[in-house]
Amino acid sequence: MLELINVAKSFGNLKVVQPTTLRLEPGRTTVLIGPSGCGKSTLLRLMIGLIEPDQGQVLFDGEPITPQNVMLARRKIGYVIQDGGLFPHLSAEGNVGLLARHLGWDKRRVAARIEEMAELTRLPREALSRYPSQLSGGQRQRLGIMRALMLDPEVILLDEPMGALDPLVRFDLQEDLRKIFKSLKKTVAMVTHDMGEAGFFGDRVILLGSGRIVQEGTLDDLIRSPGDDFVKRFISAQRLPGISNGQPAGNGEPAAEANR
Amino acid sequence: MKGSASPLCVIASLALCSALGADWAQAQQPPKLRIGSKASIEGTVLGELLTQVARQAGADAEHEAALGGTQIVFQALTKGDIDAYPEYTGTLTAEILQADQLRSEDELRAALARRGLAMSRSLGFNNPYVIGLKEDLAERLQIRKISDLAQPEHARLRLAFSDEFMQRGDGWPGLKATYGLEHQPKTMDHNLAYRGIESGSIDVTDLYATDAEVKYFNLRILEDDRGYFPTYHCVIVYRADLAARAPRVVTAFQQLEGKIDDVAMREMNTRSKLDHVRDAQIAAEFLQQRLGLDVPMPRNGGGLLATTGEHLFLVVVSLCAAVALAVPLGIWSYKWPKVGHGIMGVVGIIQTLPSMAVLVFMIPLLGIGPWPAIVALFLYSLLPIVRGTLTGLKEIPGHLKESAIVLGLSPRARLWRVELPMASRSILSGIKTAAVINVGTATIGALIGAGGYGEPILTGLRLADVGLILQGAVPAAALALLVQGGFDLVERLVVPQGLRLSTGKA
Repeated sequence: MLELINVAKSFGNLKVVQPTTLRLEPGRTTVLIGPSGCGKSTLLRLMIGLIEPDQGQVLFDGEPITPQNVMLARRKIGYVIQDGGLFPHLSAEGNVGLLARHLGWDKRRVAARIEEMAELTRLPREALSRYPSQLSGGQRQRLGIMRALMLDPEVILLDEPMGALDPLVRFDLQEDLRKIFKSLKKTVAMVTHDMGEAGFFGDRVILLGSGRIVQEGTLDDLIRSPGDDFVKRFISAQRLPGISNGQPAGNGEPAAEANR
Repeated sequence: MKGSASPLCVIASLALCSALGADWAQAQQPPKLRIGSKASIEGTVLGELLTQVARQAGADAEHEAALGGTQIVFQALTKGDIDAYPEYTGTLTAEILQADQLRSEDELRAALARRGLAMSRSLGFNNPYVIGLKEDLAERLQIRKISDLAQPEHARLRLAFSDEFMQRGDGWPGLKATYGLEHQPKTMDHNLAYRGIESGSIDVTDLYATDAEVKYFNLRILEDDRGYFPTYHCVIVYRADLAARAPRVVTAFQQLEGKIDDVAMREMNTRSKLDHVRDAQIAAEFLQQRLGLDVPMPRNGGGLLATTGEHLFLVVVSLCAAVALAVPLGIWSYKWPKVGHGIMGVVGIIQTLPSMAVLVFMIPLLGIGPWPAIVALFLYSLLPIVRGTLTGLKEIPGHLKESAIVLGLSPRARLWRVELPMASRSILSGIKTAAVINVGTATIGALIGAGGYGEPILTGLRLADVGLILQGAVPAAALALLVQGGFDLVERLVVPQGLRLSTGKA
């Protein structure tokens, strides 16, 4: 599985990630949450090899990721970004099937897999032949997820996947995504700045601040016993119903439930 | 005895047969000849005349008309790109072979022979440089001799000479020294100088004695009272190997010696310049009427189809070569920005080189004809295509480049499946710009015998014939529009539909 062992990253003088160790738990969803600039997206980019750590190691299935093996590792890791990151020159199915076709899958196998993925992500079939610019934001994001799942990767990384969606569309997609992750038993890491979303998805929530892990546990743990003032302030800033001034809600009802 | 004789006989007869066979084959295959000419009215008329004479003598002769100035044509001859062209003795001794300090015709012949060249005797006329001005002005100022120009009261006369005259060993520098002239002459195209004289914007210019305009514009030719100008007897300069390759042609050239006098030459020049009769027709008429040669009356030129073909050849070949080099250069510039700075700098500098300079530079390397023009066009096409490719690749949004990386595509696959298709519109627009510019620039190819629409334009400029200029300019403009339209069609085929949708929306 994916592990970060004591990795650190600076951009110029700015230490974006302080030495950090983090293991994704197999079959479970880990949510990275924190304010802008806390290093949560950088951690995700380190995991997929978009950037290399200044120190420490990134392990995939126990092996350090190197420039030589990173391409093969990426094929076993799905990566989803805001708005899907679809290529405008390819149709929806062209986008989803791009890597499979490049790897030499025959047409029927590609078509069958796309069909399966469309059903899983509840994408209307007629959307498959359209181009990204002809699709809605929600449809584009479903396609981004289809593309990430196409080769049935062990791990899925999502960088603020719902960031650009309106609340109703987001609500439906969140429901569908959680079902998919649970039914396929995928190892998932998701970056968000929305506490509600973190609680809804996260078997484990990791709160980051200034490039280091501040606290981790279930959302409930974070709300009930915030480790320090920063955690309190971050939780109260979310304006979750029933929580004020960083005080946990009296009956311990997870805030995410209220958001459902 | 008998037995030993017969193999000898066989060998001898075989040898005879093969000799005859070779002779026969040579007779069957007419020698290929290229006749050159300078870019002047007299030059092209005589070039055409030599070409027809050579054809009459059984050669497969082509006329590389109006190749350029003296140096270009003489270089082409020594290099073997052309086999013969009409030249003047004064130009040979005082300009081309100036360094040899030749004093007699025998010395001139020997100097040519050292370069593998030979020359005929004079064709009969003398066409010296002369200095002229309008008759009424000359009369008013009482100017008859060149030395009169040195008088202080004539110091304000405006002189303008052709570019070649300003530079030549037998031109302005010597004239100035011989007569002690203090004027500051302007440089002006020979044909335009006549217009300048007529409109009164200049007063004095260099002329050729046989120019049609001398009479037409009523010009006074000043007496060369210090005998500065050498004589300019017209001769045919040709490659010495012609005597072996095409002996009949050499004989035919010799039959022209002494046959064209001053009057005949001026008449032919007048027919070309003032009556706008085509060179081929003037030459054919002269050969029929004066020499009684049975030359066929030439048909009407190459025609639009042929010039279009030549023009397209220049544009298409140069453009294809440029695409093959410039797109990879654009990709490298994108992948290694430091290399890219260098590449962009070099192709940028190439773009600023004057086209005439590039052409002249290419002649010693590639000879005359379409290839130097193609190389020049190729060089000029690089910048727009490299820039189009580089811009297209740079403009791909960063998150999409990363999407291709995290998907696990190899760098090669990213280039071919994502980056180049996304940059296709910009690359194509660079190619389109290069193609449209090429269609226009290719007209200069006519200066070095590459053909194309430049040919009627150049001839038209020489003859001051607007109709002829339009015959080249209009199809060139039409072709440019056609190319533009053609690329819009290609864009529909090449640029992915999804990209055209997204710009449509934006």
